[in-house]
Amino acid sequence: MTILDVAIVGAGPAGLAAATLCAEHSLSTSLYDEQAGPGGQIYRGIAGSPLARPEILGDDYWHGGSLVAPFTRSGARYVPQATVWSIERRDDGTFAVAITAGPPHARHTLTVEARAVILASGAQERPFPIPGWTLPGVFMAGAVQILLKTSGIIPEGRTVLAGCGPLLWLVASQLLRAGATIDAVLDTTPRGRLRQALAHAPGFLLSPYFARGRELVRTVRRRVRVIEHVTSLAVEGTTAATGARFAVDGQTHSLSIDQLLLHQGVVPDVNLAGAAGCAFAWNELQACFAPVVDAWGGTTVPGLYVAGDGAGIAGALAAEASGRLTALAVANALGRIDGSARERAAQRHRRDSAMATRGRLFLDTLYRPADAFRLPEGDTLICRCEEVSAAAIIELARSGCAGPNQAKAFARCGMGPCQGRWCGLTVTELIAHAQRRDPAEVGYYRLRFPIKPIPLGEVAALATTSEAMHAVVRSPD
Amino acid sequence: MFVRLPDVSAKDVPITIDGVPFTARAGDTVAAALLVSGRLACRTTPVTGAARGPFCMMGVCFDCLVTIDDRPNQQGCLITVAPGMRISTQRGARAASAGVQ
Amino acid sequence: MTRHFDVIVVGGGLVGASIAFGLRDLGSKLAVFDEGDVAHRAARGNFGLIWVQGKGLGLPAYGTWTQRSARAWPRFAASLRDETGIDVALRQTGGVHVCLSPRELDVRSERFVQLFAQPGFERFDVEVLDRAGVAKRLPGIGPDVVGGTWSALDGDCNPLRLLRALDIGVERAGVVRHARSAIVAIEPHADRFGVRTAQAEFTCERIVLAAGLGNARLAPMVGIKAPVIPNKGQIIVLERVQPFLSMPLETIRQTDEGTVLLGDSQQDRGFDDAVDPAVLAAIAARAVRVFPLLRDVRVVRAWAALRVMSPDGFPIYAQSRAHPGAFLATCHSGVTLAAAHALDLAPAIRAGAFPAEYRPFALERFDVRAAA
Repeated sequence: MTILDVAIVGAGPAGLAAATLCAEHSLSTSLYDEQAGPGGQIYRGIAGSPLARPEILGDDYWHGGSLVAPFTRSGARYVPQATVWSIERRDDGTFAVAITAGPPHARHTLTVEARAVILASGAQERPFPIPGWTLPGVFMAGAVQILLKTSGIIPEGRTVLAGCGPLLWLVASQLLRAGATIDAVLDTTPRGRLRQALAHAPGFLLSPYFARGRELVRTVRRRVRVIEHVTSLAVEGTTAATGARFAVDGQTHSLSIDQLLLHQGVVPDVNLAGAAGCAFAWNELQACFAPVVDAWGGTTVPGLYVAGDGAGIAGALAAEASGRLTALAVANALGRIDGSARERAAQRHRRDSAMATRGRLFLDTLYRPADAFRLPEGDTLICRCEEVSAAAIIELARSGCAGPNQAKAFARCGMGPCQGRWCGLTVTELIAHAQRRDPAEVGYYRLRFPIKPIPLGEVAALATTSEAMHAVVRSPD
Repeated sequence: MFVRLPDVSAKDVPITIDGVPFTARAGDTVAAALLVSGRLACRTTPVTGAARGPFCMMGVCFDCLVTIDDRPNQQGCLITVAPGMRISTQRGARAASAGVQ
Repeated sequence: MTRHFDVIVVGGGLVGASIAFGLRDLGSKLAVFDEGDVAHRAARGNFGLIWVQGKGLGLPAYGTWTQRSARAWPRFAASLRDETGIDVALRQTGGVHVCLSPRELDVRSERFVQLFAQPGFERFDVEVLDRAGVAKRLPGIGPDVVGGTWSALDGDCNPLRLLRALDIGVERAGVVRHARSAIVAIEPHADRFGVRTAQAEFTCERIVLAAGLGNARLAPMVGIKAPVIPNKGQIIVLERVQPFLSMPLETIRQTDEGTVLLGDSQQDRGFDDAVDPAVLAAIAARAVRVFPLLRDVRVVRAWAALRVMSPDGFPIYAQSRAHPGAFLATCHSGVTLAAAHALDLAPAIRAGAFPAEYRPFALERFDVRAAA
């Protein structure tokens, strides 16, 4: 089997930029992505959006198009509809990557060997565990943005947005430009946060990003009722969402709804890096775990890199720069460029990254979700897959549960198909809070391959070894 | 409820949902087609029978599971509609032997 | 904080928790010490079988011990349910070991001939089945299955719920539990043991080492050896499916939740507990041969765990001669033996000495082998 120089997972901005630069350095490069087209989530549908009016989505979105053409020209191989589910570092330092690819009626599994691997699988929206969040009609705001981008579909009827963070306002403005009606935006940013954030980052006030962001918020406020400093939120309804109940200043209010769009920031998708053995660290400001990486995106597993939001939330433009820095590191590690060439080429990307992350401290401080929305109580489901309540976890924590893995063993949280993506952070924080421990010390679920559900027949089709066959007992033949 | 913008240029793609014909558009994921057809829920859970529907639309929540052309538990948000595709909503756990062998 | 206990059990896994449950009437005079959230923890990796058939080749007493435990399980499960409200989904309606070639079937039948030929081996009923016999019990069985062996004594339960029930059972009885408290040192004195963790010091009259692989480090502190080494096993879990499998196979079972567990593997990889995809593939391939209908059912997770393996694979129940208040208990069938550990072993510890019938499981058997 021929060995690739570099396998890249995820065709968002980091992956596209990394793959392009790797291929331009004559590295044999393959880019694997689960979706049918490139762009990841932030540039979802960029190569085929059916929207007739580009102004709906705004320039920042269409910038993504500038990544696709160079990628296509670069000679890197693009493999869509491909799920990378296992990455094994071998004794000789190369990697065996298990991939199941193809359309549903014709899936096939293969092992790809690579000298280096770049994980660029990005981020997901942070869990938003409130009563009723599993009801049909409740969506993450990013989900509705995807509907708009890829299908030109918008919500109608009574639509309410709730939460905090730049994406909430971006989605609101995109929906309005597309002609949707929004009944209200319930802003959960706590009182006093803006002052706190400004104190941390006065320089950001002068940046064009701040001005654009503020203008975006103002545009939405001019057309939509915005209710600020919402301190609690619950979805009403039995078989579907029919209402949103919220509190402001101790008073409870209710809105009738047809759909509720939730958003409170994005967090790295850690499952692949975690299962591959990378060390992780808790980021207290962003309230999430991220892999420990050096200045080039190198993890604690030699030859394995993480680029983009998967290494820490910094946004799409920073992800591009991060992808290029990682590509330079791989090109250097595999002998295509020497150290000083790597340094010279890196300067520009480091500048781009610094520019793109200038507002990070401000945004992270402003939009850190309040405790109430990260620490649910009572019957609120924290594990959507196994339908485990917050109360079950809190009770385990109070009776001395050692950590998230024991909670998982006792309550089944994290055992479902999403593999902890929608409950892991909540479980860690609930245990930390109940036991007065640091989330960094409490830790996270032990992550394992396969990191996405794979049909048994496809796992069976993966290359095996005679040693592995002998290990499976009761096979004397 | 969800509605298609009038100026969307994608071609028609005829599919059926629970046996009922529906016209999706090229590029729609199965989950998008379900939503714009008026269905918010696509399954009931095997744990408690609670109704669920598409939630994250990016392949990480596993709530948009539907049966497509007799294959159960497919993530609707990761699969693009094709002419003649048969989509069925699901109740509870799949049968072990369902699906194309 | 209480510092002195009648008994300290080191290890909160299946062996330690079962013994502690058996001693729970000591209430707050009993303490269980357990490590942190991420530790070796064979108990969390358990398949869940309560398995009799095939066991005891080389040590007839093990066959007797296993059968005793299997027969005591209903009583054990009932007391867990009565005291904790938790139903551990005990199912003892028989189990099948399938064979995928005539040679496998020959080897398997021969094993029972040898097993029953051992002097002192307590016989039980086992049926050698041809393909039709297997297919009658297991609809959907694949064409590669040529036959198997069936025993009415076999069964399974929910091992994680078992662990939880044991935990609640001891908690309700007032037993002191110290989580995240690995034992740093044990100091034997004339009439007691000093037990030190990173945070505090304790004393006890009797100490039970049930710390799995950790026993190797602790046992010398009380004058004995615990020759246990890790044996890596992997398990695959499939998504929930409608009931299709009414009894466990030795390597495939459908849980009361509806999920399907597939095993198993054995490897000597030291303390490496990473999931090896090649082994997943081998487990999956064999499972698909046994039940082709599972081919498009999804693997939702997999794990690897380290069995606590003695040199001959049989349990070790030992009492220190130098310090008779110190006991050692280790095995790799923590679910099957949970009933015996709670109902038989624990009372023996309380009485202060292991009875003569435990001698086959003592450490001396390894010296005999070394000498021979």
